[in-house]
Amino acid sequence: MIPASWFLALSGVLFALGVLAFLIKKDLLLMFLAVEVMLNAANLAFVAFARRHGLLEGQAAVFFIITVAAAEAAVGLAIILLVFRRKKTVKADEISVLKG
Amino acid sequence: MAEFLFFLLSALCVGGVLGLILSRNAAYAALWVVLSFAALGALFGLLDGPFIAVVQIIIYAGAVMVLFLFVVMMIPLRPSAPSPKRKVFVAASLLLTACLAALIFLSLSASRGTSAAPAAPGFGGVRGIGRLLFTDLLYPFEITSLVIMAALVGALILAKKRKSP
Repeated sequence: MIPASWFLALSGVLFALGVLAFLIKKDLLLMFLAVEVMLNAANLAFVAFARRHGLLEGQAAVFFIITVAAAEAAVGLAIILLVFRRKKTVKADEISVLKG
Repeated sequence: MAEFLFFLLSALCVGGVLGLILSRNAAYAALWVVLSFAALGALFGLLDGPFIAVVQIIIYAGAVMVLFLFVVMMIPLRPSAPSPKRKVFVAASLLLTACLAALIFLSLSASRGTSAAPAAPGFGGVRGIGRLLFTDLLYPFEITSLVIMAALVGALILAKKRKSP
């Protein structure tokens, strides 16, 4: 039986790596991918706490997070496509004006 | 045996995210993340959540990441010009991330729980989660369908080619 704290530690490591990837990457697309990694780290923490306390609500929360993340990915990718169509680039450094 | 599986899967998971950070090619980065998410699904299985494990692998590693790969292939990503401040920036990000990781581990180590008892048979199965979703969490569940509908329409409107104004 693996203690739940190991999973919590792994989720912390994954979240920190996601933040690092978000800071280092320059493409909007890869920054978005890093956000997904952070979401998944939070999911792992939810499931670990559900296991530790023997409650199913944590897993139900993960179910909701996954569905909302799928919706968010669809809208986010559509926005990135739109930005690319207007600016011909998806580098975050080069998209510095708010005017369309 | 379970410990060995845990270490193998967590190595795959962390290695996948490292692949995202280190790879130069966006398509490879997305594939590394697919590997990481699939290993994460297996970890959910190890945590007595078979339903969530299957959902993670089918929806996340399958559907969402394939959507990402499609967009990666639609957008030509060229390597950016090297800037002189890059090294300083990377060092600053590493420092910030280290501080954040220290904070996370401090707060996690404060949450000492009871030692986990072995899960009841059927914990995390379709029956338990389905019953929970359709009784206590019925309203959030129905609202989720609205969220998905709104996302669908929004994505369609945003990505539609429109006549030049």
